[in-house]
Amino acid sequence: MRGLLACATLARRAGAAASGAGRRHLAGAAEAAEAELKKTALYDFHVAHGGKMVPFAGWSMPIQYKDSIMDSTLNCRANGSLFDVSHMCGLSLHGSQAIPFLETLVVADVAALKDGTGSLTVFTNEKGGAIDDSVVTKVTDKHVYLVVNAGCRDKDLAHIGAHMEAFNKKGGDVKWHIHDERSLLALQGPLAAPTLQLLTKEDLSKMYFSDFKMIDINGSACFLTRTGYTGEDGFEISVPSENALDLAKALLEKSEGKVRLTGLGARDSLRLEAGLCLYGNDMEQHTTPVEAGLSWAIGKRRRAEGGFLGAEVILKQLKEGPKIRRVGIFSQGPPPRSHSAIVSGDGSGENIGEVTSGGFSPCLKKNIAMGYVKSGLHKAGTEFKVVVRGKSYDAVVTKMPFVPTKYYKAP
Amino acid sequence: MALRLWASSAANALKISSSGARAAAPAYSISRYFSTVLDGLKYSSSHEWVKNEGTVATIGISDHAQGHLGEVVFVELPEAGTKVTQGGAFGNVESVKATSDVNSPISGEVVEVNEKLSGTPGLINTSPYEDGWMIKVKPSSPSELDALLDPAKYTKHCEEEDAH
Repeated sequence: MRGLLACATLARRAGAAASGAGRRHLAGAAEAAEAELKKTALYDFHVAHGGKMVPFAGWSMPIQYKDSIMDSTLNCRANGSLFDVSHMCGLSLHGSQAIPFLETLVVADVAALKDGTGSLTVFTNEKGGAIDDSVVTKVTDKHVYLVVNAGCRDKDLAHIGAHMEAFNKKGGDVKWHIHDERSLLALQGPLAAPTLQLLTKEDLSKMYFSDFKMIDINGSACFLTRTGYTGEDGFEISVPSENALDLAKALLEKSEGKVRLTGLGARDSLRLEAGLCLYGNDMEQHTTPVEAGLSWAIGKRRRAEGGFLGAEVILKQLKEGPKIRRVGIFSQGPPPRSHSAIVSGDGSGENIGEVTSGGFSPCLKKNIAMGYVKSGLHKAGTEFKVVVRGKSYDAVVTKMPFVPTKYYKAP
Repeated sequence: MALRLWASSAANALKISSSGARAAAPAYSISRYFSTVLDGLKYSSSHEWVKNEGTVATIGISDHAQGHLGEVVFVELPEAGTKVTQGGAFGNVESVKATSDVNSPISGEVVEVNEKLSGTPGLINTSPYEDGWMIKVKPSSPSELDALLDPAKYTKHCEEEDAH
C-alpha cells in the first residue's frame, strides 16, 4: 500500500524511463542506488537554494526548490526559469561523413538544415520504434551537435557507438565527442532573452527558435541553442562545467530575482502544458514517430528515400496512417496519470487506449493529459472516459499545445 | 519510505503548537519548513491525524504531509457507511506532483465525509487540522488509538524522515 508521502511521481518516471522496471519496486531501487547517484556541477548550489534532491536517471537532481511546483510553473510563464539539465547528454559528431552517418539513425533531414540550425528528431530502431528523441543541430557540414535524454544515455551511446564502428569499418569518417566536460543550463520564459542579453555581445534578437551559436557568455565559451522544453521562448546553454556556477549565479542576478531556479517537477508540468513528449512515458521503444504525432520531424527527402532504421514501417504508416495516435486530453475528476485506461464513452467500457502522461495544469487549473487512442478516435472533440482507480471520468480530445507556445520564430 | 526522495537538506524545524486540538483557531504555518503538530491529536507514521471525541473520531492529514505534497487539487473520499481498517487506504489525495493514498489510522465505519473538499480541495493545505478534515469514523476498536504516535513522537518521526 502506498502511503501518503510514499509516492514521487517524477522519480518513478525517471526510474521507469531508465530501467523499465516494475513501478512498485522503483522506490526501493532508487534508494539502493542513492549512494551512487551522480552530481552535477551545481549540486551544492541547488542544496544551498533549498533544492529537494531526488534520484533521476542516475543523477541527484532538484525536483523543486522552496517555491511550490504550481508557483514555479506560473513564474516560468510570467517571468522565467533557470533549470540545471546537466544530466542530459551532449554529444558532437565530427567528420566529413558525420551527417550521412547520423541520417542512418534518425528521421530528420539533417543535410537540409542550414548551418547553425537544429530540429527535434527521433532515433529509431529496426521496427520503426523510438529509441530516444533528441534535438540535433547542424553546426557545420562536418559537425553535428546533439542532446539526448539522461535516462537513455547508456543505450543511445551503445547504439550510436556500435553503428559508428560498423560505419567506419566500411571506410566512413565519423568521430564522436561526449561533452562530459560541459554542463547544460536551460533558461526559459519571457525574461530569458533580455536576461541573457546582458551577459553576451551576440545580438540575440537575430537568433531565432532552433538557431545555434558558439559564443562567449559571461566570459566563457558556450554552445547556445534557442530551444527548450517548456513551450516558452528560451535557450539551452552548454557551458564548461568550471564556469557553470558563475553563469547560473549571473543569470539569476541579472534578472533581479525574477528568473527563479526551477526543478524537474515544474519542468514536467511545463512540458506537458506545451504538449511535448517525455521519452519513457509518451514515447517508448514500440512507439513510432508517426504514432507520436511527430511526422513533421520526418524530412521530405527522408520520406522519399528512407535510409534510416525502421524506415519501411514508418513510411508505410505515413502512407496508410497509424493504428494509434497520441492525443491531448482534458478530463474531469482526479488528474489521470500514466497508465490510466481510456475507455469508450458509449457505455460499453471497451478499452480504446491509455494515458501516458497527465496531471493538473497549473496554468489552466484543470486536468490535462496525453495518451494514445485508436485512430479515428483522435479528433478534437471526441469524447470518451478515463479510468482512475476504478472509476470512469468524462474526457475529451483537445488540440495540443494545451497552453500556447511562445517560440521566438523568424519573421 | 519514498518520503526520503523529498528530503531537503534545509532544516525542517517542526514546532509543537500549544494551542491544543480544541482551540478555535489553531496556529498553523503555511511554510513547508515549519509545519505544525497539534497537541491533543494522535498521528500515524504515514502522516494522518485522528482526533478522538468519544463516539466519533475525525481524521485528516498532517500539516507536514500537506506541506510535502504541495497544492492539493483533488480529494477522493469514501461514502458514509464504508468500513475502514487501521492502516488501510480510505481515500486519495492528488497534488500537482503526485497521487497519494490516505490510510485510516483506526478501524471503524465512516459516518461523515467532508463534502467541502470536493469543491475546495485546497482546504487541506490551508487548514489541515480544521476545515481540511477528511472523514469522521465511528471507531470499532478504540484501543487502536493507543498504538498511534503522540505529538512529540510524531514530531520526531517527521524530523527523522526529513533527515534521510
